[in-house]
Amino acid sequence: MISATRAARAARRVLSGVLGIALAVASAAAPAMGGHPVQRPPANLDGFSTPPEAEALLIKTLFEIKNNRLVTALAEIEKAIQAYPNFRLAHLVKGDLLLARTRPLTTMGNTNGVPHERIEELREEAKARLARVQQERPLGRVPRYLLQLQPQQKYALVLDTSKYTLYVFENVGGTPRYIADYYTTIGKNGIDKYREGDKKTPLGVYHVTSSLPRDRLNLMYGNKSALYGTGAYPINYPNEWDRRQGRNGHGIWLHGVPFDTYSRPPRSSDGCVALTNEDLERIGRSVQIGLTPVIISNDIEWVTPDASAALRKELAHALEAWRADWESLDTDKYLKRYSTNFSTGKQDIADWSDHKRKVNVRKSWIKVKVDQVSMFLYPGSQNDLAVVTFEQDYASSNLTQKSRKRQYWIKEGKSWKIIYEGAA
Amino acid sequence: MTLIRGGALAVTMALLVALSGPARAQADELQEANRLFKQGQLDRALDRVDAHLANRPKDARGRFMRGLILTEQNKSAEAIKVFTALTEDFPELPEPYNNLAVLYASQGQYDKARTALEMAIRTHPSYATAHENLGDIYAKMASQAYDKALQLDRGNAAAQTKLNLIRDLFSGGPQAGRPGATAKAKPPVKVASTTPAAPVAKAAAPAAAAPAAVPAPTPVAKAPAATPPAAPTAAAPAAKTPAPKPQPAAAAPNREDAVLQAVTGWAKAWSGNDVAGYLAHYAPDFETPKGMSRADWEAQRRSRIAKPRQIEVEIQAPKVKFDDRNRATVTFRQRYRSDTFKADARKTLVMVKSGEKWLIRQEGVGG
Repeated sequence: MISATRAARAARRVLSGVLGIALAVASAAAPAMGGHPVQRPPANLDGFSTPPEAEALLIKTLFEIKNNRLVTALAEIEKAIQAYPNFRLAHLVKGDLLLARTRPLTTMGNTNGVPHERIEELREEAKARLARVQQERPLGRVPRYLLQLQPQQKYALVLDTSKYTLYVFENVGGTPRYIADYYTTIGKNGIDKYREGDKKTPLGVYHVTSSLPRDRLNLMYGNKSALYGTGAYPINYPNEWDRRQGRNGHGIWLHGVPFDTYSRPPRSSDGCVALTNEDLERIGRSVQIGLTPVIISNDIEWVTPDASAALRKELAHALEAWRADWESLDTDKYLKRYSTNFSTGKQDIADWSDHKRKVNVRKSWIKVKVDQVSMFLYPGSQNDLAVVTFEQDYASSNLTQKSRKRQYWIKEGKSWKIIYEGAA
Repeated sequence: MTLIRGGALAVTMALLVALSGPARAQADELQEANRLFKQGQLDRALDRVDAHLANRPKDARGRFMRGLILTEQNKSAEAIKVFTALTEDFPELPEPYNNLAVLYASQGQYDKARTALEMAIRTHPSYATAHENLGDIYAKMASQAYDKALQLDRGNAAAQTKLNLIRDLFSGGPQAGRPGATAKAKPPVKVASTTPAAPVAKAAAPAAAAPAAVPAPTPVAKAPAATPPAAPTAAAPAAKTPAPKPQPAAAAPNREDAVLQAVTGWAKAWSGNDVAGYLAHYAPDFETPKGMSRADWEAQRRSRIAKPRQIEVEIQAPKVKFDDRNRATVTFRQRYRSDTFKADARKTLVMVKSGEKWLIRQEGVGG
């Protein structure tokens, strides 16, 4: 382009002013990064090698706008639209870029006859995606919740709801290593799900319980299944801890998005966690049913892998002491490992104690092996609530049993106590 | 979107002079073609242009004229070929790019229209019409982008645009492509002034019958040709019909005026070979003659009215009778003149109010 109209030149200033606001918001959210997008690490693992190009192109466009290069910006956004024809936010930005050539713009998304919320939610997506990109990637750091992955758990998923971002960690010799992150949609009404229908996303430690691929969803829900896109991975909300607190509701899934859209606004689900269909497929390649943890937190606290070592050791000791005490047939000592607030949901500590005493009296020996132990801190707790899951190989003079077990450990004073125990 | 006519001809005229000194006779032939074109005699105009081009196949002005005629004849594909070839042979001329853009835009091909306009501006950075057209294109594309962003399906926007443009072309006014853009009406006015006998004046062409009906191009340019009940439009026919306004005014001036404006607008569109404008005066539930389908009836009217010939329709001694607030019967004497046919008849129109407009529901002879 040799020339541009005067109107376009004037509009350019206004438009960049508007988007500047969004950019300022984003950089305030990530002061450490000084407003510069961070290069993604050279991810190399099967499903995760392709970076989410759509978002990268969008962000590139927004930075071109910020730098007053509107012609380049339009070219960039056209690329995004060509690759992702249903990327609604990209269309909105394109509309602004075109309209800015005819008149000054005062905001992002300048069309009439549409309910205000419809545009506002796209603006929210723009802000969320900008903030995501400006967020530093957690190289060499882990969320403090990931105390220990067990050897069979290849990956862990950790969702930061305040950043609308799902992080994927790979289990490298027991140490979680960051490999990718994805833009996600959460509940319309935010987080901390409490009741059925409150349209909120739960916070806690969960596991993927099953896989519902496209054809299965279609069989189950017919046309309505379009909402879930390429597939879904239900998680075990409400978990044992949720139930104990009286939380209810059901059907919290990780799922895709309808095929007529590339992504959904950041807060628009009924509590589920929605990802673009391609991102869901990438994650799907790593999900192990019943094994893969999904930890949902409102603000991840990042630590170095070493920082968790002390806590991990403490919990491992407590678990080992519990195992040894059980083997010792000293039932009183064994029961001291349990909190006075212990409950299985059916038995409280008194019932549990009675039962254990009766059972143990008839035994001459017990052997307990504990294996494949995973340990996760519970989001929202102050390093004082942990979910421990393991394979238990139990043998005794009159009974032998192998099972998967889950315990919730709570820190009371200086010692860890079991507050829940049951099959996993 | 503004289709370039006169302005382009002025530029290309200079080009013609520069390229060829002696060809006076042929230039005259082209002027004759231009005259016929402005009278709406498109087939005859095309014959003249083709004759001209037979001798001078490369002539920019003749080819441009040919492109305009083809556009008017709704032969978009051929017109696009003509203008495209012109941009290739004369890349320094902005007008062919502009008209190419108008044609592309009428087909909803906004990206191509945009590219063409950007080329026009590249050759002539201060070319106001191309800038304005480009603004329109950007706005259209922005609107499409927003619709996609918000997953809206607001009908077929491209088809809508196309229809508007066809109507604009028939009405012939260069201003008509910019409905509602009254504030920006400068370039069309400019174009109209360089060509005093702008096609808009067609309705008043038989000047003998209507002295000074459309005196200056400026008010014409302001009148939205497609929406007849606007004040200035109605004023012109009022001058030639024997005072239809004051006559019945005593009874119910406003109501009656509105109905009469609709009738005169209808006659004016008819006189102007403005099919779309003419058809726009009929109610959706218009009772077609002999139970014809609406589509067949429209096709018939289109072929008769759009046919390049002189039509003059005059309304005389109209009388309005209100059946109720939203329905009126208008009787008048209709004087119809074309190059081939003359007729005087009593006519009755049953008009119904639709929003702010009065539309024809029944049309009959007699009354």
